[in-house]
Amino acid sequence: MTDKVKNIISRYEKKQENILSVLEDLNAEFNYLSEDVLRNVSSEFNLPLSKVFSLATFYKAFSLKPKGKHIVLVCMGTACHVRGGPKISEQLEQILNIKSGETTPDNLFTLETVNCLGACALGPLMVIDGKYHGKVTSGKISKILKEYKK
Amino acid sequence: MNNVDKIDIYFSGGTCGFASGAESVFLALKDEIKKNNLEQKVNILMTGCQGFCALEPLVTFYPQKILYAHLVPEDVKEIVQETLLKGKTVERLLYTDFLTKQKVISVDDVSYYKKQVRNLLKNNSFIDPLKIDDYIVSGGYKALKKALKMTPEEIIDIIKKSGLRGRGGAGFPTGKKWESAKKAEGEPKYIICNADEGDPGAFMDMSLLEGNPHSVLEGMIISAYAVGSNQGYIYVRNEYPLAIKHFSIALEQARKNSFLGKNILGTDFSFDIKIIRGGGAFVCGESSALRASIEGKIGEPSVKYIHATDKGLYDKPTVLNNVKTWANIPLIINNGAKWFSSIGTENSKGTMIFSLVGKINNTGLIEVPMGIKLREIIYDIGGGIPGNKKFKAVQTGGPSGGCLPERCLDLPVDYESLTKAGSMMGSGGMIVMDEDNCMVQVAKYFLTFTQDESCGKCTPCREGTKIMLDILTDISCGKGKEGDIELLEEMSNLIEDTSLCALGGSAPNPVLTTIRYFRDEYESHIKEKKCPARECKALIRYKILEDVCNGCHLCFKNCPQKAITGEPKKVHDIIQDKCTKCGICFDVCKFDAVSVV
Amino acid sequence: MVKFSIDNKQIEVESGTYLLQAAKKLGIDIPTLCHHPALEPYGACRICLVEITKESWKGWSKLVVSCAYPVENDLIVYTNSEKVIKARKFILELLIARCPESDTIKKLAEKYEVAPASFSLNYEPTDCILCGLCVRVCGELIKQNVISFTHRGSNRKVMTPFNKESDVCITCGACAFVCPTGVIKLEDILGKRKIEPWHTELPLYKCKKCGKGFVSTKQLQLLKDKCVSIGDIIELCPECRRKKATEAPICRPVGATEGKGV
Repeated sequence: MTDKVKNIISRYEKKQENILSVLEDLNAEFNYLSEDVLRNVSSEFNLPLSKVFSLATFYKAFSLKPKGKHIVLVCMGTACHVRGGPKISEQLEQILNIKSGETTPDNLFTLETVNCLGACALGPLMVIDGKYHGKVTSGKISKILKEYKK
Repeated sequence: MNNVDKIDIYFSGGTCGFASGAESVFLALKDEIKKNNLEQKVNILMTGCQGFCALEPLVTFYPQKILYAHLVPEDVKEIVQETLLKGKTVERLLYTDFLTKQKVISVDDVSYYKKQVRNLLKNNSFIDPLKIDDYIVSGGYKALKKALKMTPEEIIDIIKKSGLRGRGGAGFPTGKKWESAKKAEGEPKYIICNADEGDPGAFMDMSLLEGNPHSVLEGMIISAYAVGSNQGYIYVRNEYPLAIKHFSIALEQARKNSFLGKNILGTDFSFDIKIIRGGGAFVCGESSALRASIEGKIGEPSVKYIHATDKGLYDKPTVLNNVKTWANIPLIINNGAKWFSSIGTENSKGTMIFSLVGKINNTGLIEVPMGIKLREIIYDIGGGIPGNKKFKAVQTGGPSGGCLPERCLDLPVDYESLTKAGSMMGSGGMIVMDEDNCMVQVAKYFLTFTQDESCGKCTPCREGTKIMLDILTDISCGKGKEGDIELLEEMSNLIEDTSLCALGGSAPNPVLTTIRYFRDEYESHIKEKKCPARECKALIRYKILEDVCNGCHLCFKNCPQKAITGEPKKVHDIIQDKCTKCGICFDVCKFDAVSVV
Repeated sequence: MVKFSIDNKQIEVESGTYLLQAAKKLGIDIPTLCHHPALEPYGACRICLVEITKESWKGWSKLVVSCAYPVENDLIVYTNSEKVIKARKFILELLIARCPESDTIKKLAEKYEVAPASFSLNYEPTDCILCGLCVRVCGELIKQNVISFTHRGSNRKVMTPFNKESDVCITCGACAFVCPTGVIKLEDILGKRKIEPWHTELPLYKCKKCGKGFVSTKQLQLLKDKCVSIGDIIELCPECRRKKATEAPICRPVGATEGKGV
């Protein structure tokens, strides 16, 4: 078990109640949850590995695969949907040449959707690395992505 | 400075505010105030979401009550020079009211706010959510002090008499819930705040937690005292980092001030709260799945036919309420049951917060008395549909609710009326749709959501909604058959009756209501293979209008499929075989030369 | 004691009994798939649905799963009403669509007069109906927690962590025993016990008497650890154990003499 993993796990009392928080912190630190990390959590929390694996695959907050350098998030909430959210998602899929949930071969972009971020006045919404790009239109997408390709 | 001694500046923050760029304007304004040595005379703070999201970044000045909208950092110099130093308003920054079409100076004259009764949201416009003193000065924790002098039975009685019903969707009488938990056997008892707010398009709970976290906290503490609990939880969806941050800070501050923790305000009563972050699962908004998630398990609803107030979290008596329900408690304790029940209708008391979003001019958070008409919300508050398009439907209740058409607009917004019409109150999301929205696509959207979020435990939800989605997909692609509508109706009723939890049990609602009110649209897709709203890709074509196209070449440059032919300054054309109907050409054309047929 | 009626027959049972068991007492057979008497009710398959009502409900009724609904005074239960039959057929139609090749489901469908699949779900072929009996028996009874439900929704699947060989499986076969559709396969081959689809293979322990491999060494060790005082008999295969038991009593009753049997 690496020191980093140890430190994160030690933030919480080893109760099953804290398991989601631990996994979230680990996922945030490493960008995904590796098999080793899940095994560490299982042994430290004395929780069967099958249950930890269950948690890691059930909740969308976790990824079992490393993600790209930049996370492109498209909001698919109802408000964004009626304002053309799916179109934006499709256009991103075409421009990046990957499907939602995938990462570009050069590991630069991961495209994901989320069911509502709570900024409905700005729909359709695209968030890249936590930066909000509201009222995004087809014409703007390529330009915005160019900034991250540098 | 002008004849005002001190000016208070309230900057609308919250996630929506930040998303619109409020932070950079706020910092620029702060900086400019400092540069002009006005710090002693001007008090500037970032509040929560002030509700009129369509105008953000927005700021209000008191005591003048001036409102400026759509600010950018470059505006701050003029604001300081003109408004703060010379006492003048900056015309171009004023909001043009949608109703009067006039520039409005004062917040009081903004039509958007006039029909609202902002009991819960008022403080979102005036307090710094990171300062407990702001909350206390505005009357915060008075209700707790009052409650601690009453008996638990007295408190429960007040909540019962107020008529408050759960604001999470089901509308169960809150006082009755607390009473059941109080009477139940088992220790310890738990208080939970459901802040999972999974309904897409809903951000009311988020805004309360970000803008006025102590109001929610105070409500929970009062309940804990009444029910006899020492441990509470708040389950917040992890997509709300700002709400989690603000609530954490609120907890710390409350502990320091003895409103939370051991021996609250010197009494025997101890209570504390733990924050649990969700993992991105809508199903965890369901009571038993939420509890499973708190316990560190997957969010699978339980089959047990037993009330949570008898055996809930860790099999102990549990009170689970929504964020807005908790926020109502201090107000009821302070102002009395009679006050609360004087607002609203006979069976739906008090106010309700809605997120008014979608194809609406005035997007934002509104708080209205129960019983107000849908029409009033959409036109008098919402300002109607952008671009003069025709209203088509309003969706309430999230994925568990339904789409109501024009002829339902005079319905009062209360629990029973919405349910009777086929929808439900839900958590408060209100999504407006116009003539360009295809109702088959709306039904498909919600079933896709259900499929994405279903835990997969029970057969009808897991398999049944998949089959329904396949049928809807076929219909939207022109592959619908005679009998599909009846099949969808039949399956909907069966899935509702046989599912294990309310997610599956209500998933067919959007399908049932769209069929009920827009059957003709379904029939058009099936019989004529036409999409009246021209949204279903398989049933539409993009066409360049020869007499309008001026050969600007913009569509050619932007088409990711290279499906457009044409030379600069000459009429362009779309190669239909290559076209994937992505709609980029339609969006980028500045001359309306691309049409959808 | 609780008094109520099932299919117009009065019945009285102990409080805490579930409707399924109560119906059985009256000889009424309700189909089940995810139920097992040794395990906690799960309520996933939904095939044991029954219709309940009360006089005070003024004609309103609802469907509940009989495996998990506790008996109540004055409850009126119908196990074969029109509503129940429709629901049951619907569930079976969905299960056929999911597992069109499963004999168990085909047999049930025939029994309840459900036509072959009118829907298709386009899954990869499987006979797993996600009843969870395997997961639950391994977790609740055997307590090895080898497998679990992973992913969610239509992607829900039972598997070992990372779908790899398990380091905690003892190949006891309890999961295969309870599986209603025969998805889980236990096989003894070349001195090893193999279990699929858990990708696990363990060496067999050979009977001290006849030399036949009868249990995995891992399972044997676990049994030894749990039943410390059982002695050498555990190292014999079930047949040899039985032979030994008839030769000489394992437990000698007071006053009994050698060789008289148990």
